[in-house]
Amino acid sequence: MVNILNIDLTMVDWARAQFALTAIYHWLFVPLTLGLAVIMGIMETIYYRTGSEFWKKTAKFWQRLFGINFAMGVATGLILEFEFGTNWSNYSYLVGDIFGAPLAVEGIVAFFLESTFVAVMFFGWKKVSKGFHLASTWLTGLGATISAWWILVANSWMQHPVGQEFNPDTMRNEMTSFADVALSPVAVDKFVHTVLSAWVLGAVFVVGVSAWYLLKKRHTEFATKSLRVGAVFGLLATLLLMLSGHHSAYTVAQTQPMKLAAMEALYKGGTDQPLTIIAGINPFQQPNYEAADEPPLKIAVPYALSLLATNDIHGYVPGIRDIIDGYTKADGTRELPLDEKIERGKEAIAALQEFRKAKAEGADEATLNSKLSTLNSSMPFFGYGYVDNSAQVVPYIPVCFYSFRIMVGGGCLFVLLFMLIIFWLYKKDVSRARWLLWASLLCIPISYIVSEAGWLVAEFGRQPWTIQDMLPTWVGVSQLGASTVMLTFFLFLILFTTLLAVEIRIMCKTIKKGPQL
Amino acid sequence: MKWMRQIWTFYYDGFRSMTIGRKLWLIIAIKLVIIFAVLKLFFFPNYIKEHAPEGQEAEFVAEELHIDNYKM
Repeated sequence: MVNILNIDLTMVDWARAQFALTAIYHWLFVPLTLGLAVIMGIMETIYYRTGSEFWKKTAKFWQRLFGINFAMGVATGLILEFEFGTNWSNYSYLVGDIFGAPLAVEGIVAFFLESTFVAVMFFGWKKVSKGFHLASTWLTGLGATISAWWILVANSWMQHPVGQEFNPDTMRNEMTSFADVALSPVAVDKFVHTVLSAWVLGAVFVVGVSAWYLLKKRHTEFATKSLRVGAVFGLLATLLLMLSGHHSAYTVAQTQPMKLAAMEALYKGGTDQPLTIIAGINPFQQPNYEAADEPPLKIAVPYALSLLATNDIHGYVPGIRDIIDGYTKADGTRELPLDEKIERGKEAIAALQEFRKAKAEGADEATLNSKLSTLNSSMPFFGYGYVDNSAQVVPYIPVCFYSFRIMVGGGCLFVLLFMLIIFWLYKKDVSRARWLLWASLLCIPISYIVSEAGWLVAEFGRQPWTIQDMLPTWVGVSQLGASTVMLTFFLFLILFTTLLAVEIRIMCKTIKKGPQL
Repeated sequence: MKWMRQIWTFYYDGFRSMTIGRKLWLIIAIKLVIIFAVLKLFFFPNYIKEHAPEGQEAEFVAEELHIDNYKM
């Protein structure tokens, strides 16, 4: 790869790997917190309404598991912010102003809501009224969910930068509209889809743990009732998740068509596009999308991709080659070919150079405004100025393709699981369906794989952009030696694996002990 | 003052009556020490603060991005 910045590409790869490792481990803790928060809230609400001690103890048991997971996960996300400042300094500097507000709100809300109400939830059973305790339980979950919102707002801005203006004097993006950043369609879709996926994972966890008690013939009433809450909540959440997934796909098609093309391994697009169920793609090699129109052994659902991406079964969906060559969008506007984008990107960099030079030489305002105008018109393509060839702008297709299928396939599996459990709960004796109970238990690790696969789709799919169209990864990194990042990569691996092992151990011990009914 | 005392008692009693919570707080404390006193201090300096002269951060980043010597 030709690299005009003379940055060690091994450093880019290690910095990416480290960020991915940290984010993946962090995401092992977050969804269970968000999912269990709702389920324990539902259980405590039943206690509040019925006054039944059974539901109080049931809610307390799930709150204990929530507490373990919460304690293990807390602060693991902070390391991502350290990485921004050290490994991704150029990126961090360019976006600092945009991330400042959401992350500050996240910190304040998380600290006050969670630290106050978590304490009331755990310490306040005998100290505060039933209503206040219930409110605290729900507010704990709300606090965690609002935290997630701001983190996802920051992530969404990288995928779809809106509400900002680049300041050539300070070399930073400055926020022009907080509302545009916080409520961008990508942020809203990402928040809804991510939180719903966390609810599903929480439901699968409750169903799986309850199934274990039934398999062991212990705490059967507790397990059956928890199973009921988990399965009904899980089914509703999964159905909503599917709806939000459809909307997310539509938004991705509008804002990041290359991501959708990579997810689908759509080399050459067109109208009436089918949705691929499976195809023969080598997981270890980028396919030759230039040579073939579609991957081999493709099995697909007719028209489904057009429907997903455009809400019209005959809609036009661009493939990888169309995006590189340029195409006409549904609204009649022309998406520029890559060569032209590269030229515009180079113009933007040159305009920025000229503006800075003119400013340093004390040029008059009219000259500066003229340079600024040239810069602003080409700024949306700034990042393309650092691109040399088309291969650099195509994400790694196998990861996007298979992760997407694992995510969607997992969602379908959970619908089936929840439906079967509800059927057995209401029509038969679920404790006799041992195969279903084992399947429920097995679905706990599967739900984590599915959840992580969702993130892989989102993050691999946006490559090579740290900020879409504005900053490719090899420009966003610091000029550090790869060995420094390698060292911390392995340190994190040890630290996070230890944390995970400790969590699993404490969690299993607590589950084994069971609820104190 | 009464409400402050009530809050203090609330937290004091809560922490005293913890069972598994003690272990979790210990883990949180160890984790925070590792994150802030080891990782942040020794492995994650702020690259720009360390390399750019104070007040010259924009120039430094422009140089890192090769803006000032970019040739089309």
